[in-house]
Amino acid sequence: MIISIASGKGGTGKTTIAVNLALSLENVQFLDCDVEEPNAHLFLKPVISERMSAYIPIPEVAEETCDCCGRCQEVCAFNSIAVLPGEIREHGSVLIFSHLCHGCGACSLLCPLDAIREVNKEIGIVEKGFSNGIQFVHGKLNIGEAMSPPLIRQVKKHVDPTKTVIIDAPPGTTCPVIESVKGSDYCILVTEPTPFGLNDLVLAVEMLKTIGVPFGIILNRYDIGDDCVDVYARENRIPVLMKIPFDREIASLYSKGLPIIGYKSEYDSEFKKLLIKLNLNP
Amino acid sequence: MKICITSEGTTLDSNIDPRFGRCRYFMIVDTDTMEFQAIDNASMQASGGAGIQSGQLMASKKVRAVLTGNVGPNAFQTLQAGGIEIFTGVSGTVREAIEKYKEGAFKKTQGPTVSAKKGMS
Repeated sequence: MIISIASGKGGTGKTTIAVNLALSLENVQFLDCDVEEPNAHLFLKPVISERMSAYIPIPEVAEETCDCCGRCQEVCAFNSIAVLPGEIREHGSVLIFSHLCHGCGACSLLCPLDAIREVNKEIGIVEKGFSNGIQFVHGKLNIGEAMSPPLIRQVKKHVDPTKTVIIDAPPGTTCPVIESVKGSDYCILVTEPTPFGLNDLVLAVEMLKTIGVPFGIILNRYDIGDDCVDVYARENRIPVLMKIPFDREIASLYSKGLPIIGYKSEYDSEFKKLLIKLNLNP
Repeated sequence: MKICITSEGTTLDSNIDPRFGRCRYFMIVDTDTMEFQAIDNASMQASGGAGIQSGQLMASKKVRAVLTGNVGPNAFQTLQAGGIEIFTGVSGTVREAIEKYKEGAFKKTQGPTVSAKKGMS
């Protein structure tokens, strides 16, 4: 079973929930798919045993073969190729904007002259390890690199279907989030009862409905703000799986890189209840 | 000679749109006859690569110079590869910009004047 932890708004407590959920389970695998700023390792402190470079294939044009027909530029869905016609300068030119390339391969596949070959460009690394029996995998996107979905896909290649898989997703509702949560059996949306929290929750709910992943809500810092999320959840029949108060001790543990499980014993049973709601065996 | 001025409207008295890649209209003007064509910018809402698309459009229209407010790094590179001169910091109306251009009042831009994605804000 794959459970992803996501949120529209950032900073609502995704990693806190994901880490403590993993610590409440046996035979579990943890994937940190927030490759732009992975932080679950700060809490789980895994011993990394494998480190692999992650690449995407980007086009390289053989100028002597290319006649600047413009087909590659037409088929590129991400505007990452510019073909400048030959009329202005004597020979035309092809510009590749590799930071916009998603590595889909359409340009090289559809080049009528076979003038494009693909070369690997490193976009980040995938690290694998263990933390107290939890199998841990995360991706680290290279600084300055904009294209995270290909790296997220490479992290998710390590999914072990014999384990309960917890995926810590990036915030928001854009491509990296969709890449992280798609294929999950269930998604937990962590939010807070503020206008921002609700606004971004609604967007995340629409996203999950579109990709067909069932979901429930965890309301963090439920005693700040107002009842807007409760009302929304009730009206839309979305289960609220758990409520966590705005607690100084939790914030203090977080600031030291410590999880709740093992440090605040009253939460052992709270997370057990969550497992039951998710039909998971501890 | 054909030049392009980024514009908020479709007439010579429209204001300059300070963005290049994500401007509202491209005014392609023949500086000799003052004949012009207003082109709706299809890349205005592109999630990425608007400057590249717009730069290519300029090349395909055989424009020799672009007058605009600012130009980002991708647009700059594309326009340069297309051999198109870039003049930034241009404001006022399209007509005023053309007059000043003819007088040689603008200096060519040597590099991008804003960062990528700036035109989205």
